[in-house]
Amino acid sequence: MFRQIAKRLMTAIPSIIGVIIVTFLLTRVLPGDTAAYFAGPAASEQAISEIRAKLGLDRSLPVQFVAYVQDLATGNLGTSLTTGQPVIEDIRARLPASAELTLLGLLISILVAVPLGILAAVKQGSWIDHLCRIVATAGVSLPVFFTGLLLVYVFYYILGWAPAPLGRLDFFYTSPTTITGFYLIDSLLTGDIEVFRAAWSQIWLPAVTLAIFSLAPIARMTRASMLAVLASDFVRTARASGLKPSKVVMGYAFRNALLPIITTLGMVFSFLLGANVLVEKVFAWPGIGSYAIEALITSDYAPVQGFVLAMAILYVLLNLAIDILYGLVDPRVRIEA
Amino acid sequence: MSTATADAAAPSKDGILSHARHIVSENPVTGVSFALFALFLLAAIIGPFIVPYDPLASDTAAALQAPSAAHWFGTDQLGRDIFSRVVVATRLDMIIAIASVALVFLAGGFAGIASGYFGGWTDRIVGRVSDTIMAFPLFVLAMGIVAALGNTVTNIIIATAIINFPLYVRVARAEANVRREAGFVQAARLSGNSEMRILLGHIAPNILPLMMVQVSLTMGYAILNAAGLSFIGLGVRPPTPEWGIMVAEGASFIISGEWWIAFFPGVTLMLAVFCFNLLGDGLRDLVDPQRRT
Repeated sequence: MFRQIAKRLMTAIPSIIGVIIVTFLLTRVLPGDTAAYFAGPAASEQAISEIRAKLGLDRSLPVQFVAYVQDLATGNLGTSLTTGQPVIEDIRARLPASAELTLLGLLISILVAVPLGILAAVKQGSWIDHLCRIVATAGVSLPVFFTGLLLVYVFYYILGWAPAPLGRLDFFYTSPTTITGFYLIDSLLTGDIEVFRAAWSQIWLPAVTLAIFSLAPIARMTRASMLAVLASDFVRTARASGLKPSKVVMGYAFRNALLPIITTLGMVFSFLLGANVLVEKVFAWPGIGSYAIEALITSDYAPVQGFVLAMAILYVLLNLAIDILYGLVDPRVRIEA
Repeated sequence: MSTATADAAAPSKDGILSHARHIVSENPVTGVSFALFALFLLAAIIGPFIVPYDPLASDTAAALQAPSAAHWFGTDQLGRDIFSRVVVATRLDMIIAIASVALVFLAGGFAGIASGYFGGWTDRIVGRVSDTIMAFPLFVLAMGIVAALGNTVTNIIIATAIINFPLYVRVARAEANVRREAGFVQAARLSGNSEMRILLGHIAPNILPLMMVQVSLTMGYAILNAAGLSFIGLGVRPPTPEWGIMVAEGASFIISGEWWIAFFPGVTLMLAVFCFNLLGDGLRDLVDPQRRT
């Protein structure tokens, strides 16, 4: 098993190298002269060339690339012009907010989509099957920022069930002591039910927005994969042997249908990490997505590049985790590899 | 000679038409999506000439009005007519979507066919490039590209094309790979055609139908992606009417109850994406009956 995981880790290395090369290239093709940009509009010719030397932009590309990789290895992603902080510190401080939101969204989505997909496959052609199809088609067509705004209008303005979409916690409350960085978990760990409730009331609406967005691919894949497995011989045999339907569906069919569903999760994460940026903007969520947007608007490039790199590495790692999960769920994959 | 070809072609054309009619009658949703597509095209072409108001003219006396007979979709904070803006925006959104899809169709399609047909190094290089693109969360990569290349509509088109590149490569590569040793390819090679000529003249036309399905399937995603980018303030600049940026402008008014500013452009965007997705499914049924769901 450990050799397996080590082997998977090796396959992630080319992806990471590719990601680093692309982000390096993105830093070199900044519009106009990078040095002139960093020097500011009022800088003299001499100041610009000083900055060029300081940033190492006067050296050859391969040398610059080595310097870039060295910077990355020491965690130096540059400094944000707006916050004045090192980018890596900003990202580290804001990442838990994004992670909490994305993971909760995914969790809600799986809890709804997987049973929906299973039911749609078991009762093929019934109303629940049609519901599944509608959800799957509508889900991929909905712009996530628009769903978010609609939900805000309905649940905040009309019904008043959710607070104003302004961040992770109402300003009455102080954030819980940082243990995991997830407000929901930290507040429970410190036993502060009031703060938990406040954090929950802020997070559920954006999380549902993300869930609606990722519902479609998961439900569609669950349905398709369950249909394929339910039509197979071993399920027929299990049925013929008189096993309970619930045992056949959950014990036999679902376990085998899991693999394609887990594969879909990789794609779902790609969408989710992107959608997260939009949802953070709608709900003024203080995560790394809104950090990148703020930086984009003020043309502060170091945070944007740091953000792209952080997201890409996170995504590569998530795919790696999915691969490893694969081996855990399906022993056949373990043997073949 | 010419009559013979015409005779031979006539039944097959008729076959396609009746097949199309069969698909539409079996799945009326496809018919609706074709009609919707025609409507969007019409709005893109003649929209700016038929709208009741100037999409850029502000009228502060009529600011923030709810939908009425005079302003079907209401007015925004500057008193601009939202209906006119939504209709006029169709052209820009369609141009972004069509241009980016056309770009990736040519680049990704060619790279995919070449890598499937030649194999070897071509395949390895194209594969490595697509894998690297796929290693990024796609929307995030698009943000990074637009940030690096500069904040313009052209760069939104380029970024959207780049993130769709692997999808086109995959389809084109698989189809070309299947056909590289097909009888008609060998015949073409034997009669002295150059490799490039076989690639473009014999293989490319064969996989065109499947690529067209891919086009309409990714078109919806391209619109969604471009609107998302302009929603966060990239590419399109105010006061240019564009669906994503209009939703962004209306976002701050949602919490005070002025829903129509963001709602109508959002719904139109949603309909456009919905229409392209259904169109893609319909086209797939038409072209590739085996993959029907």
